[in-house]
Amino acid sequence: MKKLLSGNEAVARGVFEAGVKLAAAYPGTPSTEILETIADQFPSIYAEWSPNEKVAFEVGIGSSLGGARTLVTMKHVGLNVAADPLMTFSYTGVGGGFVVVSADDPEMHSSQNEQDNRFFAKFAQIPFLEPSDSQEAKDFVLKGLELSEQFDTPVMLRLTTRISHSKGIVEEADPVTPPEVGFKRDMSKYVMIPGNARKRHVVVRERLEKMREFSETTELNRVEENGSEIGIITGGIAYQYAKDNLPEADYLKIGFGFPLPIEKIRKFVDDHKKVIVVEELEPYYEEIINAAGIKVDGKKYFSHVGELSPYKVALGLKKAGLLDEVTGAEIDAEELFPRPPVLCPGCPHRGAFMALKKTGVAVTGDIGCYTLGVVPPLGYLDSCICMGASIGNAIGMEKVGGYEKGVVAVIGDSTFLHSGITGLLDAVYNKSNVTVMILDNRITAMTGGQEHPATGRTLMGKETKQVDYFELCKALGVDSVRVVDAYDYKETIDAIKEEVKRPGPSVILTNRPCVLMPKRIMDKPYTVDLELCNGCSACFRIGCPAIMPSKELTKRKHPKAVIDPNLCTGCSLCAQICQPEAIVLAEEPVKAK
Amino acid sequence: MDKVTNVLIVGVGGQGVLLASEVLSEVAMRVGLDVKKSEVHGMSQRGGVVSSHVKFGSKVHSPIIPYGQADILISFEKAEALRALHWVRKNGLVATSNTRLVPPGTATGKFAYPEDPVGEIKKKFKNVISLDADKIALELGNPRLVNILLLGVVSTRLEFETPAWEEAIKSRVKPKFVDLNLKAFARGRELAEEAIQSAV
Repeated sequence: MKKLLSGNEAVARGVFEAGVKLAAAYPGTPSTEILETIADQFPSIYAEWSPNEKVAFEVGIGSSLGGARTLVTMKHVGLNVAADPLMTFSYTGVGGGFVVVSADDPEMHSSQNEQDNRFFAKFAQIPFLEPSDSQEAKDFVLKGLELSEQFDTPVMLRLTTRISHSKGIVEEADPVTPPEVGFKRDMSKYVMIPGNARKRHVVVRERLEKMREFSETTELNRVEENGSEIGIITGGIAYQYAKDNLPEADYLKIGFGFPLPIEKIRKFVDDHKKVIVVEELEPYYEEIINAAGIKVDGKKYFSHVGELSPYKVALGLKKAGLLDEVTGAEIDAEELFPRPPVLCPGCPHRGAFMALKKTGVAVTGDIGCYTLGVVPPLGYLDSCICMGASIGNAIGMEKVGGYEKGVVAVIGDSTFLHSGITGLLDAVYNKSNVTVMILDNRITAMTGGQEHPATGRTLMGKETKQVDYFELCKALGVDSVRVVDAYDYKETIDAIKEEVKRPGPSVILTNRPCVLMPKRIMDKPYTVDLELCNGCSACFRIGCPAIMPSKELTKRKHPKAVIDPNLCTGCSLCAQICQPEAIVLAEEPVKAK
Repeated sequence: MDKVTNVLIVGVGGQGVLLASEVLSEVAMRVGLDVKKSEVHGMSQRGGVVSSHVKFGSKVHSPIIPYGQADILISFEKAEALRALHWVRKNGLVATSNTRLVPPGTATGKFAYPEDPVGEIKKKFKNVISLDADKIALELGNPRLVNILLLGVVSTRLEFETPAWEEAIKSRVKPKFVDLNLKAFARGRELAEEAIQSAV
């Protein structure tokens, strides 16, 4: 049967068809929908949200050692977190087939960097497969698991945002029955003490040679002959962009990206008058090909930075002399007001950031919706590096006396559980004076509302234990732990001021739930009494999408405010900062004339 | 049908861009065409710009439309139609709702919301349909019907039969909203006919 599936949905279908028994992940754009689809559509597969990618990877290793076909998924930067088990799992090899999905995010649509994880496969000396559309995304799951078993190695399935989130037609197949492996005790293979690991490293090198031979002959690396003098070496989404522009050229399409088929490439280059490499992000193919003594160009024509597109590839091909004309826009792009993503109306993080801004502290940030605290007009955040970084950053800054008004680390609930706990432990252990604000909105919000160890539910919908942050922080040794209501502006300001002054580490917990997930929260909306509004613009500066400038102006031609009753959730934060008290509950009668 | 048809759908997070592109892609697949569609999830959901590229024809390679190659632009917000205009081909169709959504930054920032986005679009393109889609949707019973209403409008310019559209809507919309969405789709088709009549 044919279905229109995103790359992520196709991977989930592939997981089902390949007979995978366990899938584990931590949510991360653009990978999240893989596990969601598995849990939703294929409940026979055990699927879990792990607290972080390292744990997910380790759970996956256990499953593989137990003999089951296994999938773990993460975004590109998630693989940094899981790099430790990855590097050594390459040495031990697998039990049941093991595929790790690395979903990279060229253009950083929702990421802090755009690292090219093809290098990770080379670094770990494991093969990677790279699909160019949804059909291949599905097919390469089974292929990857088979190769994992054949070569006794973990295999990376490398996706990018365009593959993960684009939809295409997929032909579904019946599920296969995987080989029965079971757990086979083998200490020399799986217990990586130095004596064993030294022997396994030799095995890794031998495996690499076998994979090289495979790479030369597999149809995953296919030559498409159109009788052209022009040859294009490409893979992933870049293949589609090149095909759009030069349908008549010859192609060497790379699907098995490490190790590369050097002899096949050499022949392809010899057979063509001009060959170029079209690849997104880093010159991964290009460097390896040139290092093998084969002269090809690539990044001379295409940017290292950002996503490619049909248009950008066309420009590069023209530069390379392979395309006469580039069809572009008929008109210039309009320069308009920006419409950046913002904190939602009623978002409890807004209250936290309004208070932080008022106190004037330095704020080290983390990964989640609250990173949007940096967006004007709120605009109050001093760092954002990686998951869990806020606490360590705050400790370091505080230790060197970096900021006299105090340093506050801001971290979300899911991020705190992912990798913030160890940071807080450091604050206690090394007697830091930082204040940590755990913005607990009771869900993994940025990625679309996933469960985590404090939500009381698992990915598969089962009820479970809930982490108690208060007890957890106390147990780590934090003496001052307090809960504040982020919708109470004054209380939040007072709490920050007090805790920043207090010697030793302290924790402020906010616990208003996300207004969107799991349930949409809509309380009674507020409205603006236009008689009272003096156009001071204070409410505009809290960046709430429900508050807009009205067409009514003050005598000094400043716009008065208006609140969209369909967007307002009734959080009351704007009313609390409105000096003339013009913002009132919509159902209350207008006060003054 | 050798040529690939390119449809760009734009709006603001929460306006139903993704549902509209799902329905359109589903129709094209049901009549046996190759289809690809692309959009970016994540940050864009938080009140940012959302755009979805839909391409269909006998064989589609890239899921992204190049600049100046969209045959049809559907927009659920008028300034977003203006922002996306350089994607549209010279004789392309622009169908936009007159909805006006002003982001919070605009109140204090240096860029103002444009005075008359539809007027500016009409200066550059001949083939423009603009309608008060949010008002019409509200009359039909739900403000969230803007997306399917506009899909009904542009459906008059595409070669798919009405039953195929209706099947696609049924397959992508929650059962209890199907009737309402079918009504919105039909209303969109009527409005498109009226727009052509009045233009003659």
